[in-house]
Amino acid sequence: MQRYIGIRLLQSLLALWVMSLIVFSLARLTGNPMDAMLPLEADRDEYARLEKHWGLDRPLHVQYLTFLGNALRGDFGNSWKWQGHTAMGLVLERLPATLELAGVALAISVVLALPIGVLSAVMKDTPMDSFGKIVALLGQSLPSFWLGIVLMWIFAVHLGWLPTSGRGGIERMILPAISLGWFQVAVVMRLVRSSMLDVLDSEYVKLTRIKGLSEWKVVWKHCLRNAAIAPLTYFAINASALVTGSVVIESVFAWPGTGLLAIDAVRARDFQVVQTIVIVFSAVFLAANLLVDILYAYIDPRIRYQ
Amino acid sequence: MAQVTATVKEAPSTLGRIVQTILPSRRFPSISLFILIFLLVLPGIFAPQLAPHNPIKGSLGARLKPPAWVAGGSITYPLGTDKVGRDILSRIIYGARVSLSVSLVAIVVSGAIGVTLGLIAGYFGGKIDALIMRLVDISLGLPVILIALVFVAVVGPSFGTVIIVTSFLLWARYARQVRGETLSIRERDFISRARVAGASHLRIMFRYILPNVINTLTVLATLQIGAIILLESTLSFLGAGIPRPTPTWGSMIADGRDLIVVAWWIAMFPGLAIMLTVLSLNLLGDWLRDHLDPKLRNI
Repeated sequence: MQRYIGIRLLQSLLALWVMSLIVFSLARLTGNPMDAMLPLEADRDEYARLEKHWGLDRPLHVQYLTFLGNALRGDFGNSWKWQGHTAMGLVLERLPATLELAGVALAISVVLALPIGVLSAVMKDTPMDSFGKIVALLGQSLPSFWLGIVLMWIFAVHLGWLPTSGRGGIERMILPAISLGWFQVAVVMRLVRSSMLDVLDSEYVKLTRIKGLSEWKVVWKHCLRNAAIAPLTYFAINASALVTGSVVIESVFAWPGTGLLAIDAVRARDFQVVQTIVIVFSAVFLAANLLVDILYAYIDPRIRYQ
Repeated sequence: MAQVTATVKEAPSTLGRIVQTILPSRRFPSISLFILIFLLVLPGIFAPQLAPHNPIKGSLGARLKPPAWVAGGSITYPLGTDKVGRDILSRIIYGARVSLSVSLVAIVVSGAIGVTLGLIAGYFGGKIDALIMRLVDISLGLPVILIALVFVAVVGPSFGTVIIVTSFLLWARYARQVRGETLSIRERDFISRARVAGASHLRIMFRYILPNVINTLTVLATLQIGAIILLESTLSFLGAGIPRPTPTWGSMIADGRDLIVVAWWIAMFPGLAIMLTVLSLNLLGDWLRDHLDPKLRNI
């Protein structure tokens, strides 16, 4: 088990390193960042001065090694737009808001998707199943930002029940969380349904029925435990999708999280901050993946001995 | 004497019948195809002929007109106008052109990359397979929107940028799918016979394995078009897609968002267009999957 965790950890670190390479080269290889940062009228001296200041006059691999060296020490550079703040500082300051939103969205999606998925599988080919399938279809077809705007329109503008933007108590969190989690409801529900269908057919389930257990117990206690494994693998991808989806939703609802920070930073050409955000998001994804893999190995011993 | 009881199937209730027409049952989803043709394909190809007004130049005298069925609207602008006086319907029609072209090109490019890499990975196996699969995992883990934003910030938004970003981020699914199937097809007899007959690796991959993989590829591609349209509209919404003044569904929603209180139609109709298109594509893809590859039916 230790060996398995060790290998997976190494792979994750490798992936993170590749990510940093990609992020680093994105900004620098696709054009001189100076062009994006300076106004057109800037003269050569200004150019040269800023190049030196940001270290852009040095060869690419030297730049990368400096970047890597600093990053390993936790220094991701200073923000260009928000003077006086470090890139990592800004990100860490806004991260809790995003995690809060993503967490609530995840919770909502699981709470909705699990029962619908289970019932859809158990009552296959009935109206309940049809309902579930429609939910899944709608979830995958609606653009989340549009859903956010429509919800905002209905609940905030017309009905006046909920506020339209900003962070605050529960009532400010509902609309963004639903918009964010909606897509996940569809995905999770489909997964739960398909793995439940597989499990319901298996031999040990027939045994529990022969034993005389109530249908309730058979489905919710025995089947669900086994069916939950498949959706669990997608938890990692879900987590990353939620975190990146928050970029759009935060923009719609003016939620002060890392997503909004990212958009502002990109618009202001603040590459230090953008780099940091991308790396942090990737780290979150890789960590979620790692966690799921370890959990998987814990549940299913066959995996550990590959 | 044995009693023979015949079971009579109950006629489905009205609700059941309505639901069954919507759902992807064995029956071909003709409504979806209908929607797709009229919302995506025809407007995409014949936009100049179909659009009643110029989608880029508006008339300031007709600003913020509501749709025809609301008080204050007129039939000249059936779906209303935006804040510069541009007809919403015409913009939606031209927007379909963007969605159609972006998705077709992106499918071809990302499909070409993904299928080739998938074939190579599945066919050769071993270290090459491991390497390509690692690339796939990393690619699936990239924060899509962010990378797109960064790329666009440096290079500037354009059709090409959108295609590059979309293909770069979507090839992985094809690769994974094709690799899985190649792994199993590789073991079959006709492949080893082809090797014995002297066929080169390239020939085997593209002439023998690929045709067997086309079925699931078609399903995947159809489902992916929806994803591409969603991605493109998200990018346009954030300002990182096809640049203005070309009308795209996503940027129309962005325009309409600030005016949602006074002019709900600006954001509402493009969103409906996106939803209906992606929905129809998903239904079509589901039907295709049910018919081309029943193994995947339960998902």
